[in-house]
Amino acid sequence: MAHFTLNVNGASHQVDVEPDTPILWVLRDHLNLVGTKYGCGIAQCGACTIHLNGMATRACQLQVSMVGNSEITTIEGLSENGEHPVQQAWLEEDVPQCGYCQTGQIMSAVSLLKNNPHPSDEQIEMGMSGNLCRCGTYTRIKKAIKRASNN
Amino acid sequence: MSTFKTKNSRREFIRNVSLASGGMILSFNWLASCSSSERELKALPKNWFELNGYLKIGDNGLATVMSPNPEIGQNVKTSMPMLVAEELDIDWNNVLVEQAPLNVGLFGNWQIAGGSRSIGNSWVPLRQAGATARKMLLMAAASAWSVPVNELTTSDGIITHKLSGKSDHYGVFAEQASHLEVPEEVELKEIADYKIIGHSKKNVDGKNIVTGKPLFGLDIYKEGMLTAMIVHPPAFGKVLKSFDASSVINMPGIKDVFTINTFNDEEARGWSDVTAFNEQVVIVGESTWQVIKAKKALKVEWKNMSKTIIKQAGWGGNATDVSIPTGLENTIDHNKNLIDYSSLPLQTARKNGNPEKAFKEAAKVLERTYTAPFRAHNTMEPMNFFADVTEERVILSGPVQTPEAAEGSVATRLKMPREKIEVHLSRMGGGFGRRLYGSFVVESALISQHMKAPIKLVYTREDDMTYGTYRPAYSLKYRAAIDKDNNLTAIHVIGGGIPESPLHENRFPAGALDNYLAEKWVIPSNITIGAYRAPRSNFNASAEQSFLDELAETLGKDPLEFRLELLKRAQENPVGERNDYDAKRYAGVLELVKKNAKWGAQDKKNLKRGVAAYYCHQSYVANVVDVRMDGNKPVIDQVFAAVDCGIVVNPDAAINLAEGGTVDGIGTAMYGELSFVDGVPQQDNFDKYRQIRHHEAPNKIYVDFVKSDIAPTGMGEPPYPPVQAALANAIYSASGKRLYHQPFIHELNS
Ligand code: FES
Ligand code: FES
Repeated sequence: MAHFTLNVNGASHQVDVEPDTPILWVLRDHLNLVGTKYGCGIAQCGACTIHLNGMATRACQLQVSMVGNSEITTIEGLSENGEHPVQQAWLEEDVPQCGYCQTGQIMSAVSLLKNNPHPSDEQIEMGMSGNLCRCGTYTRIKKAIKRASNN
Repeated sequence: MSTFKTKNSRREFIRNVSLASGGMILSFNWLASCSSSERELKALPKNWFELNGYLKIGDNGLATVMSPNPEIGQNVKTSMPMLVAEELDIDWNNVLVEQAPLNVGLFGNWQIAGGSRSIGNSWVPLRQAGATARKMLLMAAASAWSVPVNELTTSDGIITHKLSGKSDHYGVFAEQASHLEVPEEVELKEIADYKIIGHSKKNVDGKNIVTGKPLFGLDIYKEGMLTAMIVHPPAFGKVLKSFDASSVINMPGIKDVFTINTFNDEEARGWSDVTAFNEQVVIVGESTWQVIKAKKALKVEWKNMSKTIIKQAGWGGNATDVSIPTGLENTIDHNKNLIDYSSLPLQTARKNGNPEKAFKEAAKVLERTYTAPFRAHNTMEPMNFFADVTEERVILSGPVQTPEAAEGSVATRLKMPREKIEVHLSRMGGGFGRRLYGSFVVESALISQHMKAPIKLVYTREDDMTYGTYRPAYSLKYRAAIDKDNNLTAIHVIGGGIPESPLHENRFPAGALDNYLAEKWVIPSNITIGAYRAPRSNFNASAEQSFLDELAETLGKDPLEFRLELLKRAQENPVGERNDYDAKRYAGVLELVKKNAKWGAQDKKNLKRGVAAYYCHQSYVANVVDVRMDGNKPVIDQVFAAVDCGIVVNPDAAINLAEGGTVDGIGTAMYGELSFVDGVPQQDNFDKYRQIRHHEAPNKIYVDFVKSDIAPTGMGEPPYPPVQAALANAIYSASGKRLYHQPFIHELNS
């Protein structure tokens, strides 16, 4: 076990965990931030997507010892109360079915739009192809991203 | 208005209410945040008054409606309370929704997410619960204002007496109403008067989902809770030989390593008690990562299973001895058997006319064999469950589609009466049938009992994929006899599988043909199977509707018109005693998709398209799929879905389900498979098991519903099967290649 000081959603947090613990489990088990989901543990599903210094990152692949002072943003830190335009677009399109993948989808979409505020259909598809939705909400996700991009 | 007798007496209601709202249950509502929504609600009332077990009214006019059934993404947590709210006649913006725990006494025995029946089964009781409460509120208002009850009207939660000009909201009368006798009869609204049913309402959990609130089973964390994982045999046909606890017990955070036997040999297993690996090693530790690491480090040895007989009960049926075959199975052998099963005995499932004669006299016979592999459900949220077992009581919480069956299994295994067991339902990260089989609930209870502590059992993705209740491997051979005048004279279908046949012998085209023969076969296996979104139909549709397409072509007919022609026959002059479908509704969805997709105009537009239709779970769906080929890869431009599911309760949510079913169907047909080498699943995570992704989904999906005033029927499963065949037929028209073996990706690349 080792002590780490993490910068998560703008606040500093102390944790005492093994150095190889993925940030995914630090967030979920130790910081009570469960919006970041476990889906595969091998960077194949995107359910665990967070932002590391603003860049979409798979939390299951990021060991706590590698984070240092980097800024971590989770879905809980994206907005106070769901006001982020991407979250709003998700609500307006009523995207979720089971909902399990959706926080990861939103984190990926936010990052996509940051790098490319007006993505084409193809750019959306490719940018989002690392995020699985087992319920098949892909067409709605695309609509929501376009809606957010127009706002 | 139609009048309905209320089922529950006053006494039952009181008893039920106290069960539903007992202090113990409410105090364990850790997922309490589930009940808010993105709608701007009034402030919470000071007092709530329960009018029946389904709903309570606050003194300020707000209503809380319980949603009884498990939510797996089919959106019942929104659509079921809509039924209550409609008849309560309240503004939907003043309704809070809570997930009800398991309560058979109150909600009956269908608190289950299965068979696409949540809405259909609750159509009458939930509306009745709303109407009963409304009537009690009216009676209270009538006595408060000293006016006859029949002079009162309601609208959006307001009671009005026109003659005196008096008007007030439900909250004013709620306390008084809660003391009244439950009326013997209530009136239910006419469809034309619906203000909520048939009007899209957004997911009541929407905001909690997009903000990452703790909603799911994996999100349950409780003071003192430990994390448990299982280590199960790596191959079907293997069992535990030995393990070395000392290899991991000193690792950080690890608390204990031991074995459990999920089910007792003496007790018959219930229908949902499916497990391939009854004995497994359990590792319990403080946090997830610590246990994952120990799981990898554990020294464990396995051996081949010897002959095993288990006592298994069917759906409420008597227990029989089931013998589990030994041996390590291989997909290569399965695939041979799916095509050549000539050594197996065939069982006749249905026969009309004289098919043998028709085939003997045929000028031409079209014969095709279709196959599909084992499939893993792969819900996005892996299996998990929370259990807290003490000598006195058992608390279970998490995602299971069959809470009542799971409670029964835990009661049997722990020898604990059901009254001492509570089951709470979390939102589920997908179901698709996997969570009908709650052996993981029993596992969690046994682990908590052993640890004398609350635990959360977590399957890794690898556990989830390699220790499942899979969709079986299926085979369907279709044969058609065509006479010298180019008339179709008979169809013969042989359906088989490992270890279950997909045959639905009484489904279309049975009933549309004078001569028809359906036969089946099975090969036993030690690979565990279970219901998978639209069981059997999920392959039946693909094979049958692909064959009809090729048959239409052979006969020189338009594929859509050919189906309509057969359905006309089935409607006007059906063959046989039992045909499971309504030919008129079946034709109805084909007519609707024909209109919406402008079928027949395709040649002008150079569209490459395919059509298919299917009936299952009391609903009808027809699809037209338009594709173009990019090399061997189909690019799906658009999909039309025409659906007849009776009255559509929540249209936009139903469209979402149809879109999801479409995407899932395309993914199933194209990509996913679980294969085995010496009993070992060859796919254990999403790097090897291919699920459909964003760029492989259709660009556009157009969903439309047949206008209907028939009571609602299934919606979770029906949109999934037919699109698989519509895709195959579209790919044929775009590429000239017929596809017979799922996943199509192999045939397309060969
Ligand atoms: S859990 Fe990290 S990508 Fe799947
Ligand atoms: S909404 Fe269920 S996995 Fe995406």
